[in-house]
Amino acid sequence: MTAYLLKRLLIGAATMVVASLVVFSVLEILPGDPAQLMLGMNATPDALEALREQMGLNQPLLFRYLDWVGGLLTLDLGRSYTYSVPVLDLVTERLVVSLPLAIIALVLSTAIAIPVGIFAAARRGRAGDAVSMGAAQLGVAIPNFWFALLLIYVFAVWLRLVPAGGFPGWGAGAWPALKALVLPAVALALPQAAILARVTRSALIEVLGEDYIRTARAKGMPRRRVLWRHALRNAMIPVLTILGLQFAFLLAGTIIIENVFYLPGLGRLVFQAITQRDLIVVESVVMLLVAAVIVVNFLVDLSYALVDPRLRIRA
Amino acid sequence: MKHWKSIIAATALVLAAGTSAFAARTDLVLGMPLEPPHLDPTAGAAAAIDEVLYANVFEGLTRIGSKGEVMPALAESWTVSDDGKVYTFKLHTGVKFHDGSAFDAEDVKFSLDRARGEGSTNAQKALFAAIDTVEAVDAATVKVTLKNPQGSFLYNMGWGDAVIVAPESAETNKEKPIGTGPFKFDNWAKGSSITIVKNPDYWGEPVALDKAEFRIVPDAAAAIPALLSGDVQAFPNVGVGDALAQIQADPRFKVVIGATEGETILSTNNKKAPFDKLEVRQAIAHTLDRQAIIDAASSGLGTPIGSHFSPANAAYVDLTGTYPHDVAKAKELLKAAGLENGFKATLKLPPVGYARDGGQVIAAQLREVGIELEIIPVEWADWLKQVFTDKDYDLTIVSHTEPNDIGIYARKDYYFQYDNPEFDKVIAELDVTTDGAKRNELFGKAQKILADDAVNGFLFELPKIGIWDAKVEGLWENSPVQANDLTKVKWVD
Repeated sequence: MTAYLLKRLLIGAATMVVASLVVFSVLEILPGDPAQLMLGMNATPDALEALREQMGLNQPLLFRYLDWVGGLLTLDLGRSYTYSVPVLDLVTERLVVSLPLAIIALVLSTAIAIPVGIFAAARRGRAGDAVSMGAAQLGVAIPNFWFALLLIYVFAVWLRLVPAGGFPGWGAGAWPALKALVLPAVALALPQAAILARVTRSALIEVLGEDYIRTARAKGMPRRRVLWRHALRNAMIPVLTILGLQFAFLLAGTIIIENVFYLPGLGRLVFQAITQRDLIVVESVVMLLVAAVIVVNFLVDLSYALVDPRLRIRA
Repeated sequence: MKHWKSIIAATALVLAAGTSAFAARTDLVLGMPLEPPHLDPTAGAAAAIDEVLYANVFEGLTRIGSKGEVMPALAESWTVSDDGKVYTFKLHTGVKFHDGSAFDAEDVKFSLDRARGEGSTNAQKALFAAIDTVEAVDAATVKVTLKNPQGSFLYNMGWGDAVIVAPESAETNKEKPIGTGPFKFDNWAKGSSITIVKNPDYWGEPVALDKAEFRIVPDAAAAIPALLSGDVQAFPNVGVGDALAQIQADPRFKVVIGATEGETILSTNNKKAPFDKLEVRQAIAHTLDRQAIIDAASSGLGTPIGSHFSPANAAYVDLTGTYPHDVAKAKELLKAAGLENGFKATLKLPPVGYARDGGQVIAAQLREVGIELEIIPVEWADWLKQVFTDKDYDLTIVSHTEPNDIGIYARKDYYFQYDNPEFDKVIAELDVTTDGAKRNELFGKAQKILADDAVNGFLFELPKIGIWDAKVEGLWENSPVQANDLTKVKWVD
């Protein structure tokens, strides 16, 4: 078990180093000068030069890379070119929106998907299966930004139950903040739930065809018990894999939903930083996301071992 | 369900009746598409900075009013020496910065010297180029001596980039702006909103609003629901496209179509063949059908222009008839230039609606005379690098939003690559002319030269589409400078 963990950790660290090189070099060759973007079309050459100096853009590339990586190791993510505040502060401000949103969406999608998947698998080929999988198909097909607009029109414009967008901040109280996150979370969760439900169903169906399930049934174990005790546990591995991937996606891939609801999340920060050529922000946030994906994958690997004792023994 | 709806409707009605019984509202939420990168108007070109802070939080010696006129601000009056080189400003007394420190002539000297000095990162440093010395004569008097007379000096001092800041807070204004205006900065929830509140110690006429919040609504599709749900009560400038009709039909909202200072042009690389030939540029001008472009690029709301000048300006001359839409004439001109079989060129389009939509129409129009355009969409950062800095382009579409910026055509290294000594002479004369009538005449002359030379394809003046609650009054109809001046805004019932 320890060797297994150690190996995973080493792979994670190596991935981080490679990622930092790729991220830095790719972004540095992007055309565009952050100083020019800030000062616009009427800027005089000496004002541009002064700003470049201030931003530290005049230092050699290698120096800047080492400076940046050195900073990352001590959790000093540098200072934003455009906002001129520490990147860490910017990221934390955004994470308090993105992280709860991702967690709510993930919980919601799991809470919907797993029961639906089990239900559909248990009634394979019957009406219940057809209806729930039809709905899942629809959920996968509907673009989430369109679904989001639909939700806004029904719940914000027509019923006026929740705000149409924006985020009041946690300082305004937990309830108003949560209210602002409900619609985006639903809009994010449903397509995810649809995918997850389909994976759960197919994984379960595959397991239900295994010999040991027949054996369990043959020795007289009730259907329901077989499903919950033997089948579900064995079907969990693909489901957990998808869940891990989805969490990473929810954390970073919410740019569209954050735009529709104008939420100040991490996706918006990255998007804005790219257009403003605030490279240090982009670089640091991407590294943070890389780290998050590695950690989540690590946790998923750990959870495999939890659901599958064979992995524990083998390792 | 039906039951539910009527309960909600009834509740809403009670609530609405309840609020209207009290005095008029004193808070306002305004929507804006772009977030300012920081909050210091003296250190950035982004229009969003001024849109939050100009006239609200920061003030200059002078200020620009809603019709583009120069008005006194921190300077209560001024005198100009006979040679036009010495401006003596009399300052308001009893003015305090928002941090409680007193405002006086030293702050003016500090601000102007900082903006024009070495190491300055002012985006409009050229505004201060004519200043020779700034002297604080006494606490309430400032004497500015110019190197040469400058006709636009008082106007220049009204720009957002020329606002007065205090030495104690200048370095931290990006995060926590400290000005002298009628509103104080309150809070910036990054990515979300910026809030300003009434300054109780304001030296001038107090404002009606107690609180104003600028909310960042980046997506035009999200702007409509935000208005309909009442979350946002005003969008001073919003591109909502087809949804405009829906809002116009709704009596709860006012839709105000105004003018900006944004000359939207088909910028042309005047040094690159074949655009270096006057006939080719004239042929393009004859081919462009402005109305069709306006319909596509600005929902039919822009005003056609024939030169680089705003129709809202008193010195405007209508030159849209210089090269009327005439495809046969255009073909003749191309033939005269030895290009009767047409040619190929690129059209680089920045990521804004008017450029991307207008570009399609322009490419189709130019195809009629055999000019095949390859459309290349670029990001802003890319545009600034390739087109603006490196001048690696044939044609592009962009709106020049700085007010009164016809002088850019006299800049030697500007991306149009235009070079006409006759034009430069007019601009040089304008620079030193202070008489209003004479200035207007010179502006007219400059417009005419640019139109005749067909330097760029002059398309239209970008409209300002403002939508706000019908009960809100006092927002600007036009935007002579990029600002949302809230000093006269109030709710009426």
